[in-house]
Amino acid sequence: MSVFIIITLIVLVFIIIYQIGKASEYALILRGEEKVRAQTNRAIAILLLVMFVLGMWGIWECNEMFKGQMLPVAACKTGENYDMMFNVTTLVTGIVFFLTQFILFWFCFKFQSNDKRTAFYFPHNNKLEIIWTTIPAIAMAILVAIGLRNWFDVTSVAPAEATVVEIVGKQFNWIIRYPGKDNELGKRDFRKINDANNILGLDWNDPHNNDDVVLQNGELHCVVGKPVKLLINSRDVIHDVGLPHFRLKMDAVPGITTTLWFIPSITTDSMKIITKNPNFVYEIACDQLCGKGHYSMRGTVIVHTQADYDKWMATQQAYAIGNNPAAAPAAPAVQPAADSSHAKVDSAKIVKAN
Amino acid sequence: MNNEIIIDGPNVAHGHEAATDHHGHEHHEQHFIWKYIFSQDHKMICKQFLVTGIIWAIIGAMMSVFFRLQLGFPDSTFPIMEKFLGDWAKGGKLSAEFYYALVTMHGTILVFFVLTAGLSGTFANLLIPLQVGARDMASPFMNMLSYWFFFLASVLMMVSLFVETGPASGGWTTYPPLSALKEASMGSGIGMDLWLMSMAIFVVSALLGGLNYISTVLNMRTKGMTMTRLPLTCWALFFTAVLGVLSFPVLFSGLVLLIFDRNFGTSFYLSEIFIGGKALPHIGGSAILYQHLFWFLGHPEVYIIMLPGMGMASEVLATHSRKPIFGYFAMIISLVGITLLAFVVWAHHMFVTGMSPFLGSIFVLLTLLIAVPSAVKVFNWITTIWRGNLRLNPAMLFALGFVSLFISGGLTGIFLGNSALDIHLHDTYFVVAHFHIVMGVSAFFGMFAGIYHWFPKMFGRFMNNTLGYVHFFVTFAGAYLIFWPMHYEGIAGMPRRYYDYSAWESFRHFQSINGFISIVAMIVFFTQLLFVYNFFVSMYRGRKMTTLNPWGSTTLEWTTPINPGHGNWVGEIPEVHRWPYDYRDDGHGNDFIPQTTPLRPGEEAH
Repeated sequence: MSVFIIITLIVLVFIIIYQIGKASEYALILRGEEKVRAQTNRAIAILLLVMFVLGMWGIWECNEMFKGQMLPVAACKTGENYDMMFNVTTLVTGIVFFLTQFILFWFCFKFQSNDKRTAFYFPHNNKLEIIWTTIPAIAMAILVAIGLRNWFDVTSVAPAEATVVEIVGKQFNWIIRYPGKDNELGKRDFRKINDANNILGLDWNDPHNNDDVVLQNGELHCVVGKPVKLLINSRDVIHDVGLPHFRLKMDAVPGITTTLWFIPSITTDSMKIITKNPNFVYEIACDQLCGKGHYSMRGTVIVHTQADYDKWMATQQAYAIGNNPAAAPAAPAVQPAADSSHAKVDSAKIVKAN
Repeated sequence: MNNEIIIDGPNVAHGHEAATDHHGHEHHEQHFIWKYIFSQDHKMICKQFLVTGIIWAIIGAMMSVFFRLQLGFPDSTFPIMEKFLGDWAKGGKLSAEFYYALVTMHGTILVFFVLTAGLSGTFANLLIPLQVGARDMASPFMNMLSYWFFFLASVLMMVSLFVETGPASGGWTTYPPLSALKEASMGSGIGMDLWLMSMAIFVVSALLGGLNYISTVLNMRTKGMTMTRLPLTCWALFFTAVLGVLSFPVLFSGLVLLIFDRNFGTSFYLSEIFIGGKALPHIGGSAILYQHLFWFLGHPEVYIIMLPGMGMASEVLATHSRKPIFGYFAMIISLVGITLLAFVVWAHHMFVTGMSPFLGSIFVLLTLLIAVPSAVKVFNWITTIWRGNLRLNPAMLFALGFVSLFISGGLTGIFLGNSALDIHLHDTYFVVAHFHIVMGVSAFFGMFAGIYHWFPKMFGRFMNNTLGYVHFFVTFAGAYLIFWPMHYEGIAGMPRRYYDYSAWESFRHFQSINGFISIVAMIVFFTQLLFVYNFFVSMYRGRKMTTLNPWGSTTLEWTTPINPGHGNWVGEIPEVHRWPYDYRDDGHGNDFIPQTTPLRPGEEAH
């Protein structure tokens, strides 16, 4: 019923507005078409100019409102380069934006139709065309140059001393694996995955797996000032490791391993002070639509000092303990029904919890 | 092809009745079915595309209102949604599954069904034959099929909205494996099958239409209408068709492979997947392959959407400035440039898929190159209105708004095309703001400009100006109010396609602005309904057109009778003697010289 009332109301409003519009058409004829048209044209031209001024004021207000809420504090060196380049691009495009919009609206006002004016026949001018072909081309060349320098910087090969950490996406959380004491991640095979006791499909025949630490809470721990290299993968659909504070992002694609590396420069604790937010946490946002729980696929990065990291690492237990079936044979490829329903419950819980 | 051949068959139309206003007075009354339903008249097919497009646009926009309610007010319930969506919004709260379905369908509908079929279909059909001086399309029958394939695609897409597991919900790009595996999401069930079938049929429609547009422009031009005397609308619609014909087949192949992966156990896109509690047998496929195939259409698609708007804005700006378009040849060359570049930039949608950084750098270079022809176009438009005599009617306002939005959206493209900046902004609200402004709202503005400008040609009546002004100012202000703040959210890294942000420490402070955006979106939505109302009422009640050429335009469509019959011109098709933008004193007190006016003695051709 309420829908019906609302629709009726909307239709009625439209009819009223249309009748007003229609009345203005009759008035047009009564009062002399040319005269009314000239008046309307003038009013619209003024309105456009007002619109421009209001628009610029709105942009100013919006900037004031979001100052300090835009780019979060960059927590790595490449992130700082990013901010520099971002600001340069914003400056260049901002100037172009302001000038072109101003000219556009000013011309609308300045050259509004009236009886005295005749349009100036100006079909082409090659000099002008050349000017505004070359200037954007040069500007673009500069932006491309800065961009590619940063791009190759960010995508370069990680330094050899980098800590390698594996991050695997699944609907709808992140699983993180550390190489353990031997500093080497063991082999894994998706056919060995078992939600009960082998969530990553670790191959227990590979001894490197025996000391690997697997975190299911989505916490990526790393050390300030020490490069960390992520091996990114997915168990099911495409996910994406989004790290807004590090200005980085990389897809997690099933069947393909992608990488990303960075050197965190501020610990989580210092960041709490810098941002004056005691709840501050570096977040990992899934940035590729991965299903109904996409929005809740949250991980965190915890940047420690070396001492804190060591302390934390010492409390971690290898995944093999309790899960390596030295007793039981290798996990079967196909899971019993009970396991799959268990997995579903898990992901449902996560969705609800968020 | 000979233009002089009188079109025959069940649609016989002999021009001489065309000048009358009422259909009832025609001497050769066609049967209702042949005249209004299975019509082969390009003008009727144009109206069919337009009305279907409008219906889809309302549905698509309404979906955005529903999901904006969720985004703006995640803690509230809206019982009215339950009335529309049933169990998908139990208790007035949108479910996450259906939120994603709505987002997906909003994208699919607006991109393909409204801004491709509804836009090109409408204006290529209306303008190409009328402006090149042809009695109809090269193949009127194929043209009719093009609409009916589109209709079939529409029916399938519509059906998918009502299936039990809901429509496709993997985003309008439907990346596998999410879209390939029924276990991955509810929308990847029968809804996805319907989506794929609908889109495959849609491609057929686009190809039938596109081939027709190309051959009409190339072969059916009237005497004297050289390619360099074509109005820019025809050039733009021609390149739109070229883009579609060359890139839609690639999408088609991508879709067919996805159908195979879904139903016949192939592994084109699937590899090493564990889902639904078991490991799948697929090995060796690449999920990225689909993205290449998709974006090979997907990027040209952006220009398929933009070019008609560019063409129409050029025409409308010149006509209502009473000035020739500035740099006619530069405009054509920039269209060529955009068309060529459109094919070689697709991978800028994939910078963060892990593709080779070197390959990425090539795509950065090519992508930012597009800024050059785009800048040329913008400066030429601005110079066109410089020292003009501007008639600020709704058509002109929308064309001006088109330029403003194209600048704003184009500039943010410079951020996203540069991979080093994209790596942070990718898949955030910055992208949402960018493409909505540049190919959503801006393309719509081009379309509105076209509708207000050519409405008299379509229906022999004018739309109401006052409503047009309200429509323009609310939509223009609304577009900026909705999408400008989204840039800030995106810069903060706020991901797109999230159902709820309240659990995120980094993004939840944007809640109040999200609410504001949602409110503006609703106002803008109702203003669009006002436009639709104006459109349909003006068809029957609008002010009647009394002169052939109400805008004082130079192009051929205004030499046809008011409400032209099938065949467009009574008697001979006019001959063309000059370029399409001769807006200057004709020596008789007019400020324009139609294309049909012979050159005066001593006058040089443009």
